[in-house]
Amino acid sequence: MSTSPYVIDEPERLTFRVNRRTLVDEQVLAEERRRIFDTCWIYVGHDSELRAPGDFRTRTVCGRPLIFSKGSNGEVRVFLNSCRHRAATVCRESEGNAKRHVCFYHGWVYDADGNLAIVPGKESYPPNFDQSKFGLQQVPRAEQYRDFWFVNFDPNAMPLTDYLAGAKEYIDLVVDQSPSGKMELIQGTQEYDIAANWKLLVENSFDDYHLLSTHATWLKYLKDSGVEMQAPAAGHLLPAHGIGKELGNGHAVIDNINFRGRPVARWIPLYGEAAKPEIAAIRAELVARLGEDRAARVADTNRNLVVFPNLVINDGSAVTIRTFHPIAADKMRVTAWALGPQEESASARARRLDSFLTFYGPGGFATPDDVEALECVQSGLRTWQEIQWSELSRGIDKTGEQLNTDELHLRAFWRQWDKHMMGGLDSLPKAAE
Amino acid sequence: MTIARSEVEDFLYAEAALLDEWRLDDWLGLLTPDCVYRVPPNDKPDGAAANTLYIISDDMERIKARIVRLKSRNAHAEYPHSRTRRLITNVRIVASDEVSATVAANFVIYRFRREEKIREYVGTYHFKLARVGKDLKLAERIVKLDAMELASLGSVSFIL
Repeated sequence: MSTSPYVIDEPERLTFRVNRRTLVDEQVLAEERRRIFDTCWIYVGHDSELRAPGDFRTRTVCGRPLIFSKGSNGEVRVFLNSCRHRAATVCRESEGNAKRHVCFYHGWVYDADGNLAIVPGKESYPPNFDQSKFGLQQVPRAEQYRDFWFVNFDPNAMPLTDYLAGAKEYIDLVVDQSPSGKMELIQGTQEYDIAANWKLLVENSFDDYHLLSTHATWLKYLKDSGVEMQAPAAGHLLPAHGIGKELGNGHAVIDNINFRGRPVARWIPLYGEAAKPEIAAIRAELVARLGEDRAARVADTNRNLVVFPNLVINDGSAVTIRTFHPIAADKMRVTAWALGPQEESASARARRLDSFLTFYGPGGFATPDDVEALECVQSGLRTWQEIQWSELSRGIDKTGEQLNTDELHLRAFWRQWDKHMMGGLDSLPKAAE
Repeated sequence: MTIARSEVEDFLYAEAALLDEWRLDDWLGLLTPDCVYRVPPNDKPDGAAANTLYIISDDMERIKARIVRLKSRNAHAEYPHSRTRRLITNVRIVASDEVSATVAANFVIYRFRREEKIREYVGTYHFKLARVGKDLKLAERIVKLDAMELASLGSVSFIL
C-alpha cells in the first residue's frame, strides 16, 4: 500500500493513478520547486553555445537568472546573474561575447571569470570589505555529460554522471550521429508558453498512445507524401514496434523502430530523390565507424528521452532539445532547440532543419496540437475536486517488455516525482564530502 | 508601368480578408507555384532557413499540405478555427518594376479563441509579388514577428 496522497501505486492490484491536485495546486508547485527543481540536475545549455573565451548566454533556470559562460582560459562556468552589491541582473543581453560584465546600477564591473574587477569609489568601503570575495557567485554545481551542461542548486547532490544513470546510453546514441562525437546547437530558439502544468509536457513528450488521435493530420501528411505505413502488428497501435523503458532515477525513454524517416540516415520521399546518395553516404560512415548493429540503432530507431525532471531529448524527425519550467501551476515556459553533428554538410543541415519543422515546434504539423491537448487537459482539470484521479495503468499487467503506447515510462517519471515529494530520497548516494 | 503602392495595398487587403475569413483554397490561388512561406525564429529574425531553426519554412508542397491540415477537423489547435483580424499598415514598396515588387508592411493580427485572452501577433510582412497576366501573385512570403520570444503567443498554428 502506498501512503502518498499524490500517487496510488499498487502493482499488486494493477492500479496506478495520479491525483489531479498535483496538476493544479500552487502549494504542490512550491513543494516541487524545493524538493525537485532545487535538488535535481537541471539542463542549462549545450557546450557548443560557448565557442570563444568570453562567450555567454543568459537564461532563466529554476526561476533564477543565470549566465552560462566561457572564461578567459576556456573554462565553462554558470553564474547567478545578480550583482553582489545590490542584486541587479548584471548581464541583460541574451547572448554575446564580453570581456567584462558591468552592472549599470552602481557600476560594479566583473571580468569574464566572474572576478569583481572594478568598484567605483572603493575608498568609502570599510577596511574589512574584501573585493576578492565579491565575485559573481556560481551556481552550487555545474557539470556536463557529452557537452550537455546541467546545474544543481544542491551542493551535496550526487555527481551528474551517476544521476543520469541509464539515460547516458541514450544520450550516447544521439551523439553517435556525429563522426567526431561532437554535436552542435543550431541557431534559432523556439520559446513558447503552454497554459498547462509542466508535468503534462513530460508525459506528452514520450507518450506514443496519443499519436494516432492527436496527430492524425501529421500522419496523413506523411502518408500523402509517400511514407509507407504498415498496418499495426497484433497488440500494436502504430505502424512499427516500439518499447517504453525505465532508465533509473526517474529517467525513461521510448525506443521505436523508425517508420517516419530520419535525417540520419533513413530516407523518406519528403527528403527528395536528390538526397538519396548523401543519406546513403551518411549511413555508410555510421556502419564503418559503429558496426551494422549500432549504426542501425542510430539510424533506424527514433527515441524520445526524458531526463528527470524537465529535459526532453527527442531523436526523431530531427534532434530536439526541449526544456521547460513552471511559471505557475497551470503555466510553463518551453524552450526548444535543434541539434546536429558539427561536421554536417550544408545540404544535410538544411534537410535536418526541414525535417524538424514537419513535426516539431510552434509552427510544425504536430506540436501545436500537443499544446492544444495539454491546454484542454488543464481546462478539464478544473474538475479536480469532483474527479480526483488520472489513470496511468496501461501495460501494468504485462510481464517483460512494454510498448511505447503503454505507460511504464510515464509511471517511472511519476514514481520518482512521488519519491521526491514524499521525502524518500535521502538514501540516494551523495557526492563525496 | 511599375507596380504601384495602391495596387499592392489592394492586394494585401484582399489577401488579409481571405485569411481572416478562412478561405484558404482561395488564398492558395494568390500564390505562384514556387511560392515560399517562412516565419523565422524570434531570436534570429535574419538567419537563413538553411542553417537556422525557423518556426515555419514551407515550400509550395508544404504550404498545400498545411492548408489540407488546417481544413481538417483534426487540426486540433485550429479546430474550432481561431477568429483572426489583421490590420495592415505602413505599406512600403522596397523595389518594383513592371513584373515584380518587393514590399514591406507592418501588421497586427489579433487572434481570438474561446475562453482565452486575446493574442496579439505584431510584426512585419516582407513579400515578393509577381505580375502574372493582369494579376499580382505572391512569390515569397516572409513574416517576421517582433516579440522577443513567442511566449504567451504560444503556437503559430494559423497562417500569419
